[in-house]
Amino acid sequence: MKTFAMGGVHPEENKISTQAVIEDMPLPKQMIVLMNQHLGAPATPIVAKGDKVKVGQLIGRAEVPMCANVHSPVSGTVLKIDTCKDPFGVAKPAVYINVEGDEWEESIDRSADIKRTCDLTPAEVVARLKEMGIVGLGGATFPAHIKYSIPQGKKAEYLIINAVECEPYLTSDHRVMLEHAEEVCIGIEQLRKALGVPCAYIGIEANKPDCIARMREVAATFEGIVVEPLKVRYPQGAEKQLINAITGRRVPSGKLPIDVGCVVSNVGTTFAVYEALQKNKPLIENILTVTGKYLPSQHNYKVRIGTTYNDIIKHAIGELPEGTGKVISGGPMMGKAVSNLDAPTVKGASSVLVMDEKESRRAPETNCIRCGKCIGACPMGLEPYLFSAMVRNGRFEDAGQHNILDCIECGCCFFSCPANKPLLDEIRLGKNKYRGILAARKK
Amino acid sequence: MNLLSVSGSPHVHSDESTKRIMWRVNIALIPMLLVSIAFFGLNAILVSAVSVACCVLFQWLIERFVMKVPTTIGDGSAVVTGLLLAFNVPATPAMIGIVAIGALVAIGIAKMSFGGLGKNPFNPALVGRVFMLISFPVQMTTWPKIGGLFPMYVQPTTDATTGATPLGLIKEGLKMGKSMDEIMANMPSLWEIFVGHIGGSLGEISAIAVLIGAIYLLCTKVISWHIPVSFIGTAFLMAGILWLACPESNPDPLTAILTGGIMLGACFMATDMVTSPMSRWGQVVFGIGCGLLTIIIRKWGSYPEGVSFAILLMNSVTPLLNRWFTPKRFAK
Repeated sequence: MKTFAMGGVHPEENKISTQAVIEDMPLPKQMIVLMNQHLGAPATPIVAKGDKVKVGQLIGRAEVPMCANVHSPVSGTVLKIDTCKDPFGVAKPAVYINVEGDEWEESIDRSADIKRTCDLTPAEVVARLKEMGIVGLGGATFPAHIKYSIPQGKKAEYLIINAVECEPYLTSDHRVMLEHAEEVCIGIEQLRKALGVPCAYIGIEANKPDCIARMREVAATFEGIVVEPLKVRYPQGAEKQLINAITGRRVPSGKLPIDVGCVVSNVGTTFAVYEALQKNKPLIENILTVTGKYLPSQHNYKVRIGTTYNDIIKHAIGELPEGTGKVISGGPMMGKAVSNLDAPTVKGASSVLVMDEKESRRAPETNCIRCGKCIGACPMGLEPYLFSAMVRNGRFEDAGQHNILDCIECGCCFFSCPANKPLLDEIRLGKNKYRGILAARKK
Repeated sequence: MNLLSVSGSPHVHSDESTKRIMWRVNIALIPMLLVSIAFFGLNAILVSAVSVACCVLFQWLIERFVMKVPTTIGDGSAVVTGLLLAFNVPATPAMIGIVAIGALVAIGIAKMSFGGLGKNPFNPALVGRVFMLISFPVQMTTWPKIGGLFPMYVQPTTDATTGATPLGLIKEGLKMGKSMDEIMANMPSLWEIFVGHIGGSLGEISAIAVLIGAIYLLCTKVISWHIPVSFIGTAFLMAGILWLACPESNPDPLTAILTGGIMLGACFMATDMVTSPMSRWGQVVFGIGCGLLTIIIRKWGSYPEGVSFAILLMNSVTPLLNRWFTPKRFAK
C-alpha cells in the first residue's frame, strides 16, 4: 500500500463519531458572517444595516484576485456591519444578520435529485467557483478559482482528491463520502474536465474500508476516477505528503503542487463544487464533527457557516461538561484551540473537538536526550531539536539556513518528543522571525 | 463558566517519555544482572547494589544542594548508569568500595557537571570505568574464577580464586611467546563463551544475556540496529582479517566478538542516545569507528580490551557526525 517517503507518526485514531449520520443543525437567532473566511484579503461587504437578505445572496464581494465571495447563510435583516473576534480572538470585519424565516434565492436548486450532466466549459467552471465563493475545505481555505486557473506555462497532470482525513477524531469527510459519494464523484469529474487531466486519484487511508468500498463502487460508474487506498500514517493528508504518496513526486521547497503537475482538492471541497456547479448553491454550509471522549454523544452536523461555537455546543450537548479543558477547531494534531466560543464558524471549520482538563495539559518539559525521535518523525526531513536550540538562543538566521521554512507544522516532532519539548511552538516562532529577517532584507 | 486553556498544536502527545525509555533500559539489563548473580553470587549483588545506590544518591545530592533544582532521580537514568558501571567491573569484594568512587566520577564529573541527563558529551558509566581502570589497575583486572552455577552455595565466594578473562589469556599468552593453538587449548569453548561461562566483568560473561536485553530494546524501539550491527560487524571483519593474515597470533573473529566487552558495549554503551549520533548514517559511521578502534586497541594497545576507550573516543566525534550526517530533506 502506498504512503509518503519519510517520517510520520500514528496517533491514537479516536474516530468515535464515524457512525453518527449527518444531521441538520437548526438555525440560530443571529448569524455573524466574517468577511475573511479564506486565505487572502477580506471580502468587501455590499449590504448595509437594515437590508433584507436571502439565503445564498452575495453579501461580501471579492475585489482582489486573492479573495473569495461571501454569501448570506440565512435570510433576515442585516443588523450591523462591524468587527467580530474570530475563534482565536482576532478581530475581523463581519456582517451581523438577524435570522427571519428561511427564504432561499430562487436560482438555487434545493431539490434532492442528483444532477449528473453538466455543460459548463472549463472557463465557466472556474468562473462559477469564484462566483459561489468556493475555497479549499481541507484547512488552508485557498480560493478554488485561483487553484483551478492554471498559470501560463504550467500544466496539470494529476488531480488528487484528499480524502485521507489523517487527523484523529475528525469524521466529516468520512460521512460525506458515505452519504454523498455520487455528488462527490460528479464534483470530481467536473474538476477533472476543467483541468483537462485524464485521471483523478482519491487518496483514502486504509482505516476507512467502508469509504474505500463505497467510493470504489460509485467511481466505477465514472470515467477516470481511481480510488487509491493508503497506509495509515499521519500527516498523509498534508498536501506535499499526499502528492508524494500517490505520484512519488516531491514538491520542491517554496513551490506549489502545480509546479510538479498536481492539483489537490479536499473531498469536502468537491462536494461543495458539486453543489456550486449543479445546484447553483454557494458555499454557505459545511459538515462539522462535534466530538470528544468525554462528551455524552458524538455528532456530525451540516452547519450554516456563521453559526457560533456556543450555538453548536448548546444544540449538540447542551453545555460543555464539567472539567472541560480545551475546545479545538480542527483535529488534535493541527487544529487551533478556541479561546472565544461566541465566535462564528468559518468556511474551513471541520470540527469542534472537546478535551477534558487532563488531556489538555502538557507534561513538564525535561532535557533533550538526543534520542533523534523528532528527526525520525519529521516528514520533511528536518532537524527539529536543532531548531529548538537555535530559536532559544536567538539564532534565527541559522534556523533559516537549516530550512526551517520547509516545516509544514504537522506537529509530529512535538508529538513524539519523550522530553516534552514544545518543539513546534519554537519552530513557529523561528519561522516568523526568519520571515521577518527575509522581509527586512528585501527592503 | 470555567476558563478554557489554549496552546499551540499539537494537542495530543505520544505516551513516550524519558522516564519510560530509561526504565526500559533497566529492564533490558535484568538478564545480565541475573546471570552475573548466578555466576558470582553475593559479590555481584553487592557491587551492583552499591553502584546503583551511589549513583542515585550522588545525583540526588548534587541536584538538591549544588544545582538546587528539582530532583530527576525518578527518571531512572542514574539507575542505568549505576547498573552499567557495575557491569563493567569484576565482582570482587575489593570493588565494592572502589565502585562507589567510580559512581562519584560517573555521576558527579561525567554527567552532572555538564548539566545532567542529555548534556553530557561522554557516556558516564564509561568515564567512571576508565577512571577506575587507571586509578585501580590491579583491582580492576583481578577477576574472580567462576565456580559453576550459584557459587554462593556451591563454594563460598570469599574462597573464589582469581581467574583470567579470555582476552587476558590471549594477550598474556602471546607475550609469553605461546602460539595461538596452545592458548586456545586453555580457553573455554565458543558455546561456553556464548552462554556465559567465562571470566570477566559482571556484564561481560554472557553474550546471550546481553542479546536478550538488546532484542528487548530493539523491539521497544529504544535503540535501533544501526550502532550494534555496525560495531559488531566491523569488529568481526577486522578481527577476521587479522586472523586470516596471521592465525598464529590472532584469535578467530567469533571468539573476538563474543569475549570482552564488545557485546555489552555495542548494545548498551555505544547506543546511549545522549552520546551517540542522531541520524542513521551517523550512527553507522559511529559504530564502524567503535569497532575499528576496539580491535586496534586490543591488537596494538597495552590493554587487553579496548571497548571503553573506543566508545569514549567516538563519543568525542559525535557532534561532528551530527553535523556531517544530517537527514535527507524531503523537499530540495
